[in-house]
Amino acid sequence: MSWHVVAKVGEIEPGTSKVVTVRGRELGVFNVKGDYYALANKCPHEGASLCKGRIIGLAESDEPGHYRLTRQGELLRCPWHGWEFDIRTGQSWCDPVRTKVKAYHVKVETGEEVEKLGDKSKGPYIAETFSVSVKDNYILVDV
Amino acid sequence: MDTVTQQRVKARAGIFGHPAIDCDVHPAVPSVKTLMPYFDEYWREQFIARGIDRLNFVMTSQPPNAPITSRPDWRLPAGAKPGSDPAILGKHVLDAFGSSYAICNTIHGSLALHSDDMAAVFARAINDWLAKEWLDRDPRLRASIVIPLENPEFAVEEIERRAGDKRFVSVLMLVMGEQPLGRRTHWPIYKAAEKYGLPIVVHAGSTYRHAPTSIGWPSYFLEDYVNQSGAFESQLLSLVAEGVFSKFPGIKFVFAESGFCWLPAFMWRANKTWRGVRMEVPWVKQYPAEIIRAHVRFTIQPIDAPPEPGDLERIVEQIGSDDVLMFSTDYPHWQFDGTDALPKALTGSLARKVLWDNALATYSRLEVNA
Ligand code: FES
Repeated sequence: MSWHVVAKVGEIEPGTSKVVTVRGRELGVFNVKGDYYALANKCPHEGASLCKGRIIGLAESDEPGHYRLTRQGELLRCPWHGWEFDIRTGQSWCDPVRTKVKAYHVKVETGEEVEKLGDKSKGPYIAETFSVSVKDNYILVDV
Repeated sequence: MDTVTQQRVKARAGIFGHPAIDCDVHPAVPSVKTLMPYFDEYWREQFIARGIDRLNFVMTSQPPNAPITSRPDWRLPAGAKPGSDPAILGKHVLDAFGSSYAICNTIHGSLALHSDDMAAVFARAINDWLAKEWLDRDPRLRASIVIPLENPEFAVEEIERRAGDKRFVSVLMLVMGEQPLGRRTHWPIYKAAEKYGLPIVVHAGSTYRHAPTSIGWPSYFLEDYVNQSGAFESQLLSLVAEGVFSKFPGIKFVFAESGFCWLPAFMWRANKTWRGVRMEVPWVKQYPAEIIRAHVRFTIQPIDAPPEPGDLERIVEQIGSDDVLMFSTDYPHWQFDGTDALPKALTGSLARKVLWDNALATYSRLEVNA
């Protein structure tokens, strides 16, 4: 595993995601209320591109006929069969123990730090299409 | 153990080597005339004036001469309605199978009456008649409370009226009525049932408010009988989806004559679909199969009869619980011959649960005398 720079902070608005490819794997990087999370862009059910699904809240209820939406923006609904996943953990809401989307660690570093650490052997790796500036902060994913 | 006790235990152990509780037998109301003493003057007069005392109130699906209506050796002399004699029922089902208890589910044509008042009057009369002519006569008998199905307020009144008599152990409804059973219209009934520890027995049969299949009216009994399980599936889904078990966590449902071999596929399909659309029913917080295993019980006759005993074992495994099946004979209907009421695949501890434990756990008002 190694850290990879995948986006500039500010590039992914809260409530949205960006699809990136790191070491041949497609990931979705999500901004949930200012915190970043990364999930494999592949539903554990039948493989749909999860990032095409809607980012939603959690429908809850205390009794029949009573509806509440909580945790707005923290869940992702698969575009194919509607399974709900917790963006923070990748766990399926209905079956959290057995059904999980692979989740990756994410961190934010300053451009200065990224440049300082940027070492060919240890990472963080910076895609060739990406130029790092000391003025900005960057989102890194551990893949 | 002295010999007398031994003999008694043996008698109680019946033909299956273990005592049994028969969860579905059918007393028949011989005629409206039988019920006359249980109506008040107004209704007696009305029933005579309107010729209602001469109607037979037989359910359309069970005309007396249809083969399944009664096993040949269980028919009564002189053309009396099968199941209409308590002494003979005692002999045929309690003595013959060595059952310690039998639960009477009285399926009477008045369940289909459109008049709420008349339906309530019939339900009350039938329950009074059951108490006096059946329960008083044989201490092994218990009964489901007959209720007017389409007026929950009247239904609750009838439940309250019987609540003090512990020999009424459940409430009887039909699988096909005016509305899906999960709908909130029925909730007052469930509230009362939960309060008094009465499971709801949902029995095969229709009041024919709608076609008994979802594709329209069938032509033959074959279709009517086989299609019942489809209605049970729909009701099971309605109860889960509408949140009956979230609202009334203490309630149990008994599906009588539903069959149960369809359950595994149904549970798989319901579980799978729930995962995709559970947001519209957020009160359903568990897999439907888990909810069903916790709250719904199934009587074994008529059995769907998988050809090999091993098939049945596998189905019970797939249902995923030893707690859901309960012994029944469906007397006097013709579902098996001789005393083959308990499928051979049910053996050992599973047989014990089916014959006894599961019913005791379900019918909480059934007090067993040691
Ligand atoms: S592929 Fe995602 S729910 Fe089926």
